[in-house]
Amino acid sequence: MIQKLLRHRFLFEELVKRDFKKKYKRTVLGMAWSILSPLLQLAVMTLVFSQFFGRNTPHYMIYIFCGNLVFSYFRDATNGGMGTIIGNAGIFTKVNVPKYLFLLSRNIQALINFGLILVVFFLFVALDGLPFTWKYFCLLYPICGLILFNIGTGMILSAFFVFFRDIQYLYDVFTMLLMYMSAIFYTIDSYPQTTQDLFLLNPVYLFISYFRQIVIDGVIPPGWFHLLIAVWTVAILSLGCWMYKKYNTRFLYYV
Amino acid sequence: MSILEVHDVSIRYMTGDFKEIGIKEYVMRKLTRNYHVVEFWADRHISFNLEKGEMLGIVGTNGAGKSTLLKVISGIMEPTKGWVKREGNIAALLELGSGFDGDLTVRENTYLRGAMLGYTRKFMDETYEQIINFAELKEFEDRPFKQLSSGMKSRLAFSIASLVRPDILILDEVLSVGDGAFRMKSEAKMREIITGGATTILVSHSIEQVREMCSKVLWLHKGNQVDFGDDVQGICDKYQAMLDGKLKLDANGKIRA
Repeated sequence: MIQKLLRHRFLFEELVKRDFKKKYKRTVLGMAWSILSPLLQLAVMTLVFSQFFGRNTPHYMIYIFCGNLVFSYFRDATNGGMGTIIGNAGIFTKVNVPKYLFLLSRNIQALINFGLILVVFFLFVALDGLPFTWKYFCLLYPICGLILFNIGTGMILSAFFVFFRDIQYLYDVFTMLLMYMSAIFYTIDSYPQTTQDLFLLNPVYLFISYFRQIVIDGVIPPGWFHLLIAVWTVAILSLGCWMYKKYNTRFLYYV
Repeated sequence: MSILEVHDVSIRYMTGDFKEIGIKEYVMRKLTRNYHVVEFWADRHISFNLEKGEMLGIVGTNGAGKSTLLKVISGIMEPTKGWVKREGNIAALLELGSGFDGDLTVRENTYLRGAMLGYTRKFMDETYEQIINFAELKEFEDRPFKQLSSGMKSRLAFSIASLVRPDILILDEVLSVGDGAFRMKSEAKMREIITGGATTILVSHSIEQVREMCSKVLWLHKGNQVDFGDDVQGICDKYQAMLDGKLKLDANGKIRA
């Protein structure tokens, strides 16, 4: 796979450039908007919910920001990734190129966006007076996990999308439900223990929670927490790769 | 040593209701047993081989399986049965006009297309000026691609593609594009590539073109291989006779006595 990627390096670079230019469409706000939009969302959420949930939650804004940061990256990467096979039908029906190039290129764009917001996030963390410690290096673990998890999810979605075009709407509903179940603006402490454990079945919650534990609580999550993230990531990524492999030659008939 | 060997290749193609239906629709049709997928053999038992520098013409009426066969040869599709052996790199120039991105500029699209065709960035940097001048689009290079006329688009597509120097070249009806002056220019360029020593496969509806240029002919009819060989004039005569209705083929592509 790496060898193939090297062989198609020029094409991959051009695809990344294309996705990047298309996203920002040469507008004035362009990149600034992709930072402003999550910040506005954060401002509204903090304003609305701090009276309900924020009273007993220390660093409530950072608490929400952790949730938004992870969730918006997940949504951006997977939503964008969904259309990558269909959207590039004009290319792969004419030249023989590996189809995951399109997905990876779209994911790089989402990753750049995530990186920008991450910088703003750290700025807010500093302004909030939270201490930076060596433990922050542990954040690389959930970040890498999230990148792979998003790629895997994107593979599954983009393959499904070729066969069923209404997946798009179903997925919109799904992400909305997932957002409410990821404890982005509320805490789960007041639920009974069994309900709290159920949250651990939500991979997006795991990533969010990891960020919070490092940044707000200043503790490194236990080993089983790492394992849980690894299991989810590997499972989703393998499923995605398997689907690409299985349906690789069939996509052609559906476009 | 053959540069391209196609051995007993059969390709099953699917078509039917499955395109662009949603999952709800799919379930409903499955339940009401109203879901139809038609599978048919687009190509059956095709075998031929080409030596270096040869030029193969593929003839056949619409639906003969020419385009599907080209997709298998170029590696875009996998054959259902049989195998294809290729020596060296392959470039397929299929339906040149599509596959561009309307939002990108002409320059950006040129690089993207070059990358698709397997050129290197260095090569593109060196030849970009040449491409744009050949396409006569110098003053448009920073405009969005969608602002070009369709003639300009195919001119650009041709200019990029004409730089390929593959071992095997596949041409699907792209020998000439554009208006009078450009048509002559592009035909000359095409001949230059073909005579440059590449093994070429040409799909053409112009039987004259095939007679004139090709050293071998493959005749397909409804997925069957009617004839293959280096008797170009003989096979073309028979094909012409079939087109004129003087010759009938049976369901297996055999010539009826």
